[in-house]
Amino acid sequence: MLRYTLKRLVSLAISLAVASVVIFLAIEVLPGDPAAYMLGVNAQEDTVAALREQLGLNGTMWERYSSWIGGLLTGDFGISYTYRTPVADMIADRMQVSLPLAIYALTLSTLIAFPAGILAASRRGSAADVSIMGITQLGVAIPNFWFAMLMVLIFAINLRWFSAGGFPGWDAGLYPALKSLTLPAISLALPQASILARIMRSSLLDTLSEDFIRTARAKGLTRAQALRRHALRNALIPVLTIIGLQFSFLLAGAIIIENVFFLPGLGRLIFQSISSRDLIVVESVVMLLVFAVVLVNFAVEITYALVDPRLRHRS
Amino acid sequence: MSDPRVSHIPPQAAPVRLWHLAFRSRNLVIGGALTLIFVAAALISFVWTPFDITQLDIANKIKSPSARNPLGTDHFGRDILSMIMVGARTSIAVAVVAVGIGMLFGVPLGLWAAARKGSLLDEVIMRANDLIFAFPALLIAIMITAALGPSAINAIAAIGIFNIPVFARITRSGALSLWQREFVMAARVSGKNAARISVEHILPNVTNLLIVQGTIQFSLGILAEAGLSYVGLGAQPPIPSWGRMLADSQTMISFAPHMALFPGLAILLTVLGLNLMGDGLRDLFDPKLRRSRQ
Repeated sequence: MLRYTLKRLVSLAISLAVASVVIFLAIEVLPGDPAAYMLGVNAQEDTVAALREQLGLNGTMWERYSSWIGGLLTGDFGISYTYRTPVADMIADRMQVSLPLAIYALTLSTLIAFPAGILAASRRGSAADVSIMGITQLGVAIPNFWFAMLMVLIFAINLRWFSAGGFPGWDAGLYPALKSLTLPAISLALPQASILARIMRSSLLDTLSEDFIRTARAKGLTRAQALRRHALRNALIPVLTIIGLQFSFLLAGAIIIENVFFLPGLGRLIFQSISSRDLIVVESVVMLLVFAVVLVNFAVEITYALVDPRLRHRS
Repeated sequence: MSDPRVSHIPPQAAPVRLWHLAFRSRNLVIGGALTLIFVAAALISFVWTPFDITQLDIANKIKSPSARNPLGTDHFGRDILSMIMVGARTSIAVAVVAVGIGMLFGVPLGLWAAARKGSLLDEVIMRANDLIFAFPALLIAIMITAALGPSAINAIAAIGIFNIPVFARITRSGALSLWQREFVMAARVSGKNAARISVEHILPNVTNLLIVQGTIQFSLGILAEAGLSYVGLGAQPPIPSWGRMLADSQTMISFAPHMALFPGLAILLTVLGLNLMGDGLRDLFDPKLRRSRQ
């Protein structure tokens, strides 16, 4: 297990290193001079030169890369060009919205998907199964930002149960803060729940057709008992993998939903920085999101190997 | 074994038999019909639309659906039905090219990795794939936009890059099992090299897999294009796009819900059609799977 973990860790480190190079090259090298890019076409030459100096763009590419990475490793993400505040503080600030939103959405999606998937699998072919599968088919096809707009129309504009957007901050209290995250979380959770319910169902059906379930039934367990005591736990392995993957996609996927609801999260920060040409912020936030995705995938692989020892010896 | 549905179907079903089965598959018929409607709408829009979408008609702005404009008009008085027809072009073009990019690079990489299974090359290709997976399409698009500015071309590139590992993976896994089969062994014995075997024997046998995955990636591409255009990273005005239409409608949703409703429905139905078609095709190509999924 230790060897497997070490191997995965090395692979994780390589992934992150390559990702950082890709991001660095894409943002710092491709567009030409970031300083001129930030200031726009009408900038004076000495202004551009001053900004270049201030941004530390005068060193070689290697020096710039290593100072960026060195900064990231020590928690110094640089200073935002437009806001004149440390990028790390801005990210920490925005995480207070994006992280709870992702957790909220993941919780909702799991709470919806588990019962739906189990019901569909245990009553395979019934009206309940057919309708659950039909709904999930719609859930996978619906663009989540459009679903979000429809919910704003129904629950915020017509029924006035929720506000149409914005975030009061955690200082305003737990209830108002959670309430303002509810519609965004539902919009994010719907497609995820649909995927998860389908996987839960097919995984359970696969497990239910295995020999040990037949043995359990032969011992006199009812179908429901066999499902609860034996099938569910075994069927959970692929489901947990998907949940892990979904969490990282929720963090990145929230970028669009945050725009629908005007939530001050990481997604809005990225868009604001793109439009204000604050490339340092874009670079660092993208790196952070990639880091989150890679890290969650790593955690999933390790957990998976812990649960299923066969995996450790494969490849 | 006793299942008549399976025993009737030979491993390589004759074309006539496949068509017959295709028309009996509900998923395939509904999905195919929905997809056909939107492809037809896109094609027809090249020669005819109910109204000219480049002409603004402020006197008729934000009209609810009527006999004149079946889906209403937008804030510039443009006919929404015509906009959706032209928007279908953008969605389909972006998704088709993005899937094309994914296949063009992904399939050869997957074939190559499978032919050299376990080698350093295989490892490098698969690790590079993992790396691309760490960048959701949206992040790739954001980076490209930050560097090169928003455009439909950049959206295509972003979705296309994201598709490469998807196709590489599916091709590799399909090819790996084929490499163990007798007919490949026979080809090796007859002196064919790995590249020739990959093209002549492996590729034709993973085509079904690629068609199914292509349909799914096509629908994901349409969703991604809509999302990117919605946040302003995709198609730029005046190119009509469903995502862009939704973004325009957002501030007017309280008094003109029809502006938000119809472009969204267009996306939903197209993606639904493609997904159903993908499911149908998968069942058609792999009857064993159909039995186990029922």
